[in-house]
Amino acid sequence: MLSIENWINNINSNKRLIENGRWLNITFTFGIGDKDYLFEILSGNVLSINEREILTQSGTFKIYGQRDSWNKHWLKVPPRDYHDIFAMLAKKIIYIDGDLTPFIQNLQYFKDLIASNRDMHD
Amino acid sequence: MTDLNFEDIIGRYFNLNLKKDNYRIYVEEAGQGTPLLCLHTAGSDGRQFRHILNDKRITNNYRVIVFDLPWHGKSNPPEGYELKDYKLTTNLYKEIIMSFCKQYKLIDPVIMGCSMGGRVVLHLALEHCDYFKAVIALEGSDKLEPYYDLDWLHRPDVHGGLVQAAFVSSQIAPQSPNNFKHETLWHYMQGGPGVFKGDLYFYWHDGDFDDRSNLIDTSKCPVYLLSGEYDCSCTPERTLETAKRIKGSKATIIPGIGHFPMSENPELFKSYIYPILDEILK
Repeated sequence: MLSIENWINNINSNKRLIENGRWLNITFTFGIGDKDYLFEILSGNVLSINEREILTQSGTFKIYGQRDSWNKHWLKVPPRDYHDIFAMLAKKIIYIDGDLTPFIQNLQYFKDLIASNRDMHD
Repeated sequence: MTDLNFEDIIGRYFNLNLKKDNYRIYVEEAGQGTPLLCLHTAGSDGRQFRHILNDKRITNNYRVIVFDLPWHGKSNPPEGYELKDYKLTTNLYKEIIMSFCKQYKLIDPVIMGCSMGGRVVLHLALEHCDYFKAVIALEGSDKLEPYYDLDWLHRPDVHGGLVQAAFVSSQIAPQSPNNFKHETLWHYMQGGPGVFKGDLYFYWHDGDFDDRSNLIDTSKCPVYLLSGEYDCSCTPERTLETAKRIKGSKATIIPGIGHFPMSENPELFKSYIYPILDEILK
């Protein structure tokens, strides 16, 4: 897994990704194991990723899974069932809750944003 | 004209009458020999089979025919479509295919369908085993379970084309060439409103027939099942379970490919389909 700083850099340096998310202003929750992170997004750019410290901090929706599952998703060539968040949802490897409308409206953006933790370097 | 690099595919239209409706159907074909009728996936169209239509190894022995289902690609919906929601039922799907075969006067055809096409060919193997020479189910099974709510596919606050492509991108293998992956997704971005949703009514609900698939007589109509390792919709497990129920069927799981083998990774797919097409003609 990349550091938070490198993950933000990966996202915000991807012009195509930012363009695809340009209508999006939202905070969503991303869960890795027992830790939650709040992604604050403005016009497709990630302003911050902060660990959730108190329960009243929450996002519009939450997508979450175990650390091992996310690590498989972020492999350079992920194994089947881990290669896409909808494949993972179908297999109940990860879960999603909350208001899904903005998630579905920007589905490819969120897929690409989460996958951008993938380290594509050899 | 002679310096233009035309492909071998010929495309044209004809009118198919079915009950009270008239459908203007777009059909492409190439090659000579045994008819090989190809059925596209839900929410897409016949362009998915262009690599098969353009392959001389196949068209030397097969007359490959691909039509866009009504409501899909360049085939029109029937007149008055604006007054109803599109919903593909098992009976309507079978009737369209059999009417096409009849009007095209196809003799002893092989039929190959992908996804919902892979599902319906199993129905046809059961009900028309004396007519079809063989059926090939790509990403086909006799039983599936939905994993997302179909209403997301047709509502004004969600872009239908983008969300359809985003949903099905999960069914493409990461190893598939990027250009073919995005060509496959482009077809999904172009579907009419509500059409993918209407197709999935058949694929996820009306088309289940695991209670009857064991009645297919593969001695009369050979059944081949080919599914991709990375298909998260019709999973390898679903295909293998189906194959167990259809005695005498032959199932293969293709490593490193997803739900759209003929369009997402055509060269890899061909290495698996050539031996099957050869075997059928023996």
